[in-house]
Amino acid sequence: MEPTPTPPAGARRTILIDPVTRIEGHAKITIHLGENGAVEGARFHVTEYRGFERFCEGRPFTEMAAITARICGICPVSHLLAAAKTGDRILSVTIPPTAVKLRRLLNLAQIIQSHALSFFHLSSPDFLLGWDSDPAKRNIFGLIAADPELARGGIRLRQFGQELIERLGGRKIHAAWAVPGGVRSPLDPADREAIQARLSEAFATTNAALDRFKGLLDGPLAVEAATFGCFPSLFMGLVGADGRWEHYDGDLRLIDAVGAVLAEALPQQQISEVLAEAVEPWTYLKFPYYRPLGPEAGSYRVGPLARLNVCTRIGTERADAELLELRQRGGRVVTSSFYYHLARLIEILAALEAIEALLDDPEICTRHVRAHAGVNTFEAVGVSEAPRGTLFHHYRVDANGLIEAVNLIIATGQNNRAMNLTITQIARTYIQPGQSEIAEGLLNRVEAGIRCFDPCLSCSTHAAGQMPLHVQLLGPGGELLSERWRD
Amino acid sequence: MSVSTLTIDGQAVAMAVGATLLEAAREVGIAIPTLCHLEGLSPVAACRLCLVEIEGSGKLQPACITPVLEGMVVRTDSPTLRDYRRTVIELLFTEGNHVCAVCVANGHCELQDRAVEVGMDHSRLPYRFPDRAVDLSHQRFGLDHNRCILCTRCVRVCDEVEGAHVWDVAWRGEHCRIIAGLDQPWGAVDACTDCGKCVMVCPTGALFPKGDTVEEKHEDPSQLVALLRARQARQGAPP
Repeated sequence: MEPTPTPPAGARRTILIDPVTRIEGHAKITIHLGENGAVEGARFHVTEYRGFERFCEGRPFTEMAAITARICGICPVSHLLAAAKTGDRILSVTIPPTAVKLRRLLNLAQIIQSHALSFFHLSSPDFLLGWDSDPAKRNIFGLIAADPELARGGIRLRQFGQELIERLGGRKIHAAWAVPGGVRSPLDPADREAIQARLSEAFATTNAALDRFKGLLDGPLAVEAATFGCFPSLFMGLVGADGRWEHYDGDLRLIDAVGAVLAEALPQQQISEVLAEAVEPWTYLKFPYYRPLGPEAGSYRVGPLARLNVCTRIGTERADAELLELRQRGGRVVTSSFYYHLARLIEILAALEAIEALLDDPEICTRHVRAHAGVNTFEAVGVSEAPRGTLFHHYRVDANGLIEAVNLIIATGQNNRAMNLTITQIARTYIQPGQSEIAEGLLNRVEAGIRCFDPCLSCSTHAAGQMPLHVQLLGPGGELLSERWRD
Repeated sequence: MSVSTLTIDGQAVAMAVGATLLEAAREVGIAIPTLCHLEGLSPVAACRLCLVEIEGSGKLQPACITPVLEGMVVRTDSPTLRDYRRTVIELLFTEGNHVCAVCVANGHCELQDRAVEVGMDHSRLPYRFPDRAVDLSHQRFGLDHNRCILCTRCVRVCDEVEGAHVWDVAWRGEHCRIIAGLDQPWGAVDACTDCGKCVMVCPTGALFPKGDTVEEKHEDPSQLVALLRARQARQGAPP
């Protein structure tokens, strides 16, 4: 983080936070102050670029799961599943029921490990060590020193998710196990027992974290809960039968800020007709929105909080009790982005309950787990819920199954506008007009606004094409002499 | 049977006249790395990985096609040879698009194995990233030119063992590539018997069963020898 020198009176200036720490990927934040020192706005700039959509062209669609899983080391499973589901549609097959259950297990394990990483490793140092604590220690190592039991529990909870992924797919990261038509190998009964044996510890860690965090929400974090990205917006996510919480299949539901269903069962195969993507020249991250309402009114949030907002109930006992409590705190539709953290813990609990039920399923170790077919459809969309929100893979293939076009709509992108609104709101709350010094702890809160969404930037900046560029020519006094844009 | 005696890495070896240096070395348990060579197919010395030093010769010679001669003194390992072999592997990697992480043959690839053996932890040469096509027109198999190292095993097995001669090598230099028929899509070549021997002998993921995803190609090229022996035994057996 750059030092913030005292500004000359009456000057406009920009505060730069570069890089944003404890997130996945590379980004910076600029906070723009007006002449009176008041915050005019804040921007979240994603400064990295990938290009996956271009180099997937010409590859067999059967390889897409393995290729797109490489987008990210945190949630490769999400891309694996979205790609495999798109592949299922290209094959036009109904995959074996056990393959569906095994893929569900894999996604639940992914949700646990990713949420545990976000909560314990990346965000909890802010809550537990303090926003203004020494930045050198405000990290997982500081947490290990200050609260070894909680830190160990969090690390082991993530490791539980990773171990389940490894037992299913053969490796923790980039297990290319889900394939078009199903999965590659069945679950070994010995692996089922090994995972079952670890469930009680995982439940205990999650419950302890929930109690601890809810206590903080009622006390020292009450201000943050009210000011970290608290604004009305739309929410989108998958829902299962009867509107239940869903993460792998089901219908796409879009609700407004008071819970009215704006769209039920959005057409997944024609998703580009209902979702559009806006582009801004100052960031590589696109801004998807619900096309009928336009870029502003149609912007929506996805991810753990959105999934809990769009569902009617979770469908498991302990998680439903927590969902009820969440709604008692934040309303039927929780609009404060700070509650993403609590939503993550509730989803870990829901995932653990779902894993427990799936492992007890008599079909789970059945050996028929893959359907085979040729290319039967030339264009398909696969949708699944990544830990960070709804993920879309859209492929067009030729008659032989070679990829002709790819579009990936990534969870983090869909939260882009919300992230920008969140940091603007936080900056306005904590940086007062005329304030001569900006404390590091205040800027940490701005960064933490981004961490609420647990963005994964390595996934989200994938689009092909010309790089947007903005060049500014500044005079010696900092005045703008000339500027040029390339969109 | 006349015999030649020679020395390989200080070891005295007696081999029948007409045998190659590669056969002589393997006879006494000396490993020389190869890629294009495959037992059961005629040697072509395409990959240059089996180059050895022969005393009195200013040139390195490929062991797979150099016949043994009386009194030869051969070295199969030296700093020069190690550097040449690593360079050969680096040339192969940089000339194509070999992305092990997402390749069907990852973990079962002879190019990958050789790279490990020669200690190629990175390439000293720049990658060329050529723009190459994938042919999925065959009903059962695929051909990815990005992963082809032009070893010509497929060309030889189809011609010498299957007798179909579907494959050939076309063009020159950087444009050199394997073609099916008269440069037709594989699926359009009537001569192909769909036997899959080319896929079996391919040392990389260039030829693969269609539908295979990363790490799923488990074909074993050494099965060719067993197949040929079985065929020979049957032909020699009384009717």
